Amino acid sequence: MSDTGSKTEATEHTALMDGHIAEARPDREIAERIARKRKTKSESQRTYGSVDQREGRAANAPSSSAPGAGPPPLPIEPQIEELELKYGARHVIKLFVPVTLCMLVVVATISSINFYSVKDVYLAYTPFHEESPHAGTKVWNALANSMILLTVIALMTVLLIVLYKKRCYKIIHGWLILSSLMLLFLFSYLYIEEALRAYNIPMDYITLAFVMWNFGVMGMIVIHWKGPLRLQQAYLIFIAALMALVFIKYLPEWTTWAVLAVISIWDLIAVLTPNGPLRILVETAQERNEPIFPALIYSSTVMYCLVATTTAGVDSPAEPEPAREPRPRELRPLNPHATREREASRRESGGTGEAAGFDAAWQARAASGSAPGPASGSASGPAAAAGEPRRLRVDGTAPASYTTRLDRPQPPPDADEEKGVKLGLGDFIFYSVLVGKASSYGDWNTTLACFVAILIGLCLTLLLLAILKKALPALPISITFGLIFYFATRCVVKPFADALAAEQVFI
Amino acid sequence: MTLAEFFSCSLLAFGAPLAMFSMTVANDPVRIIIMIAAAFGWLLSFLLSSVVWYAVVPLRPYLSFGLVFAIAFQEIFRYGTYRLLRKTEAGLKEISENQDIGTNKLEMAYVSGLGFGLMSGAFALVNVLADSIGPGTLGLQNGTEYFFVTSSAMTLCMILLNTFWSVIFFSGLDEKNYFKVLWVIVTHFFVSGLSLLNRRQLYAATLIPSYIILIMTCVIAFRSAGGTFKSFIQTFTRR
Repeated sequence: MSDTGSKTEATEHTALMDGHIAEARPDREIAERIARKRKTKSESQRTYGSVDQREGRAANAPSSSAPGAGPPPLPIEPQIEELELKYGARHVIKLFVPVTLCMLVVVATISSINFYSVKDVYLAYTPFHEESPHAGTKVWNALANSMILLTVIALMTVLLIVLYKKRCYKIIHGWLILSSLMLLFLFSYLYIEEALRAYNIPMDYITLAFVMWNFGVMGMIVIHWKGPLRLQQAYLIFIAALMALVFIKYLPEWTTWAVLAVISIWDLIAVLTPNGPLRILVETAQERNEPIFPALIYSSTVMYCLVATTTAGVDSPAEPEPAREPRPRELRPLNPHATREREASRRESGGTGEAAGFDAAWQARAASGSAPGPASGSASGPAAAAGEPRRLRVDGTAPASYTTRLDRPQPPPDADEEKGVKLGLGDFIFYSVLVGKASSYGDWNTTLACFVAILIGLCLTLLLLAILKKALPALPISITFGLIFYFATRCVVKPFADALAAEQVFI
Repeated sequence: MTLAEFFSCSLLAFGAPLAMFSMTVANDPVRIIIMIAAAFGWLLSFLLSSVVWYAVVPLRPYLSFGLVFAIAFQEIFRYGTYRLLRKTEAGLKEISENQDIGTNKLEMAYVSGLGFGLMSGAFALVNVLADSIGPGTLGLQNGTEYFFVTSSAMTLCMILLNTFWSVIFFSGLDEKNYFKVLWVIVTHFFVSGLSLLNRRQLYAATLIPSYIILIMTCVIAFRSAGGTFKSFIQTFTRR
C-alpha cells in the first residue's frame, strides 16, 4: 500500500501485494484511519506502539487539563490504537501455522524421498553447474546463475506490468490458468510417482489417473474459483511446497544460497523504492480500484472483494455491468465459519500466478529432461519465466473479469473478525527452500535453527507491518536471519552440539 | 525395533513438555510468540557459546570449558528475557485478546522457560533421535545400550529444569530475593557438571541427583508462583 493520499486509504484493503504482507481491513477502520491520518502525523506516530503515551493520553483525557491537542480526537485515539495493536498476535499465529506446515512438508519430503536431493538435471536458467572443485569458481558460478535468474525475473515482472497496464487481462489470466494446470497436474504427478517409488508402493495407472484427475481438478476449482477456505489454504501450501522442492532439486548448491540472498534484495527494492515494479503494480491496481491477485496470496480469511458501487470501469470495458449483477447475489463465502453477512467474491485466479511462472520453468525442465545438460531454449518462449515465484507473484494479477462485484455491504461485521493477514506464496516458497536446503545436509540442528530464525523474522516483519501499515516485503528479514543462522549453525554450533551429544553432556 | 526405540525415546524426552505446551501455551497466540522468542534467545546464547568454544582451539576437547561459557551465556540471556518481558508487558496486553495476560506475573516466566527448555532439549536430542531410527544396535562393540534412554531422560530433566529455573529466576528478580537467582545458577552448574560424568557411564550418579534437584526446583518454583500444598491437593480433587 502506498501512501498516495486518502484515496489510497479508501481502498487499502485491495492494496495487497503478492509476495508481501499486508492487511485486510474493513471499511470502517479505513475511514477511521483516514480521519486519524488527518491529524498531525507526529501525533499518530507518537501514539502508535507506545504504551506510555497512550496511557498518558488516556489519563489526560478525563482530566480537564488536557494538553494542547484538541480533546475530541483524543478519546478515540486509544481505542483506535488498541484496534491497531490487536491485529497482532492472533494474526501472527495465523501465518506461523501455514508457514510451518509448508516447511514440514518440504523437510519431510527431502528426508524421505531421495529424488529431490539428487542433482541430475538443471534449469536452463542456471547454465553454470558448479562442477569445479575450486571454491572461487563455484562462487562466481553461483553469482552468475543468480544474476541470470534475477534478470529473468525482473524482465518477467516488467512484462507483467506492461500487460497489466494495457489491460490485457485475458492474456494474463490464460497464462495463470496454464501455469496452475501444469503445477497441479504434471508436478503433482511427478511428486506422487517419486513418493510411491521411495516407499515401494505399487499403484496401477488407472487408480493413479483417477486420483490425479480429482486432485488436479479440485485444486483448480478451489484456487481459481471458490471453495472451502481450509481446502484452498491446503492447496496453496501444497503447491508452494512443490515449487520449493523443485527449486531445491534443480538449482546447484551454492546457487541456491546466492539466489535466496539476491531475491531478498530484489524484494526489498521492488517493493519499497518508488519506481519498484511491484509498487507500480500496486498503485496501478489502486488507481483502477481493483483487487490485486488475491489468488497468488495465502489469506487467513475469506477474501472479500469490495469494489466501489460505481463498478463501471473496473472490468474490461466490453463487459456490460448489468451482466455482472446477478453474480454477487449468488456468491456466498463457502467458509463454514464465516459469520458475516457479506457476500464474498471468491478468489480469483491468483493461485495460478504462482504456477504461471513455474510454467516456464516446467517447460524448461521438460525440455531439459529430454536432453540432459543445458536445455535448449525453453520451449514456449522466453516469456516462460524462470520458475521464479517472485515473478509469478507479480504475474498473478487477477483479471478483473473474474472479480465478483459487490455492492457495499450494509453493516460491516465485527472489526476484529475481519482482519485477515496475507502472505504471498513466493514467501512460502523461499522460506521452505531455505529450510529444505538446510535439512538436505542431514543435520537437524541446522534445520531447527533456520526454522526458528525464519519464524522470528516473520514475527518481526508482521510487527513492522502493524506499525508502518503498508505493504512490506516479507522476505528480507526472515531470509537474512535464516541465512545467518544457517551458516553460523553449520560451521560453529554443529560441532559443539555434536561433541556435547556424543559425551552426553547437557548444558 | 529401532523405530520403537525412536518413539519411546522421543516421547520420554518430549512427551511431558509437549503436553505442557498443548495445554497451556497452544491456545494463546501471545504465549506462542513469547515461547518462540525465548527459543530464539536460547539459540542466540548457544550460538555465542559455540563461537567461544570454537575460537579457543586448544581447549576444544575439554568440554567443561565450553560448558561453563554455555551456562553463563544461557543465564545472561535468561536475564535478558526477564528485562525484555518486564519492559514490554503492557504492550503484550495490547496485542493480546486475552485481557488476563498480565495478571500472573510469572506466566511469562513459565512460557519463556518452556521455550528455553524445549529449544535446549531439541538441540541436545534431535540428532541422537534421528540416528536412533537408522540401522544399528547400541552397545555391541563398545559403549552402553542405555545411551539413548539416558540421553532422553536427561533431556527431559533439563527441559523441565529450564522451565522451573525461569520461574524461580523471574520471581527472585521481582522480589529482589537473590537467593533464588543463586539457586538457579548454582543448580544449573551442578546438574551440568554432573552430566560430565556421563562419559564414564555412571548414569546412576548423574540421573538420580539430577532428578532430585528437579523435584526440589519444582517445589521452589511452585511456591514462588504462589502455590501451596493445599492448592496442590486441590488440583486433584477439584473438578
